[in-house]
Amino acid sequence: MKTFDYVRPATIREAIAAATEPDAMYLAAGTNLLDLMKGGVTRPNRLVDITHLPDLDRIEDLPDGGVRIGALVRNADLARDRSFARRFPAVAEALLSGASAQLRNAATVGGNILQRTRCAYFYDVASACNKRDPGSGCDARGSDNSLHAVMGWSESCIATHPSDFCVPLVALDAIVEVEGRSGAREVPLELFHRLPADAPHRETVLEPGEMIVAVRLPAEAAHFAAHARYLKVRERTSYAFAVVSAAAALRIENNAIEDARLALGGVAMKPWRARATERVLAGARADASTFRGAAEAALADAKPSGDNGFKIELARRVVVRALTLAAAGTPARLPALPASPFAASAGVAFHA
Amino acid sequence: MAVSTTLTVNGVTRAIQIDDPRITLLDLLRERLELTGTKKGCDRGQCGACTVIVDGRRINSCLVLAISLDGAHVQTVEDVAHGDRLHPVQEAFLAHDGLQCGFCTPGQIMSAIGLIQEGDAGDDPERIREGMSGNICRCGAYQGITEAVLEAQKALGAASRKEVA
Repeated sequence: MKTFDYVRPATIREAIAAATEPDAMYLAAGTNLLDLMKGGVTRPNRLVDITHLPDLDRIEDLPDGGVRIGALVRNADLARDRSFARRFPAVAEALLSGASAQLRNAATVGGNILQRTRCAYFYDVASACNKRDPGSGCDARGSDNSLHAVMGWSESCIATHPSDFCVPLVALDAIVEVEGRSGAREVPLELFHRLPADAPHRETVLEPGEMIVAVRLPAEAAHFAAHARYLKVRERTSYAFAVVSAAAALRIENNAIEDARLALGGVAMKPWRARATERVLAGARADASTFRGAAEAALADAKPSGDNGFKIELARRVVVRALTLAAAGTPARLPALPASPFAASAGVAFHA
Repeated sequence: MAVSTTLTVNGVTRAIQIDDPRITLLDLLRERLELTGTKKGCDRGQCGACTVIVDGRRINSCLVLAISLDGAHVQTVEDVAHGDRLHPVQEAFLAHDGLQCGFCTPGQIMSAIGLIQEGDAGDDPERIREGMSGNICRCGAYQGITEAVLEAQKALGAASRKEVA
């Protein structure tokens, strides 16, 4: 690992000043960053350790019924917060389907959103990668790329965003709170990550020195609590990134869908909100034919970026299954294998 | 320039001079503090051999910078037995053959202790397997590991009930 200056600011303002320097990076838990630094993929000159900043590790209920999650809240703490998990069960399920218990105990909310792709060519410094080394090319094209993007990719990059957490968050209209030199601003999570286009090294809308301080879910996101699931197909039962995943959230009255939220993971360089599909679902009956139609709509623009055409049909099936599970009702307790298609049947409904 | 970092390791508070910010907690434990019970497997957060408990939570010690842990409490496998009396998780691993070569075992034991403290798994073997999935065993002793965690949890439950009574 290349060496670096270590800075531990006492305030957010100090942190922003320190991180605005060229080649400076924020350090939170480091579960992704240290891995990248060990591999020489990321080579910061300065790490700005924000883990000792006060007040960023709180989960606050807002007066309007929403929730504000500090950037340093650990993934496991958020998933285990009973009040949070009861109101936003698909988010808890996604969190618990990600990584391992040890990583969830360390990894932060802000870090999860900012984690890098797991594209093997990005990680391998001997491979050409426009994200790691702009202009060098993309060795994922024409090589083993069966797990790469089927939506929103470009000729310069076919990587995917690996987060589970972000998928239900984007479905539920999460807002990212950001602070930087020019003050505080808010960005809908849906607009936070950039698609690669011709600049895959620019992954988010963050400006130099800007940091995530919190993520908010609006009160309306809790209205889906009775019918909200996350489903994630992996190459192993546990401790693996998604091949394809989906978050589905419904409001159902008399077997009719009043409102729907749907997002896909593992298909693009951002958590993929399927807004057009939500409009197909709204007002329809909650049945198999509706869900199949929704799946067709959700993947209408999908296109293989290589040897990964199977992901498109897989994603359709994951959408159907996620919607079916959501319609059946959020289980009272998350299954032993959260988000797994191999989980046993759901049991008693949570909000029956 | 060395930075003084305060760490409480296995109950002993020390001021440690960290002369290189790249030092992970794992390397600090093994190379500087001579606590070699914690193992370095992959060094990339994938295998769990380096699992220790920091501020009450099981984490991968290979993926955290020691300098960042200023003020933290760290517990390693060296601190779980009381003299010659093994921790109930250690006892259970022996009783159920929860190991073969033993290299992953310190990480398995610390992870199991963390899992039992978290209290989410209950007596469901599937939840225990899921909760232990961050610890890879190359010898494949998973069945014994699951049985050991179940038994240790029972033993610890009985012990804590006794303490309450």
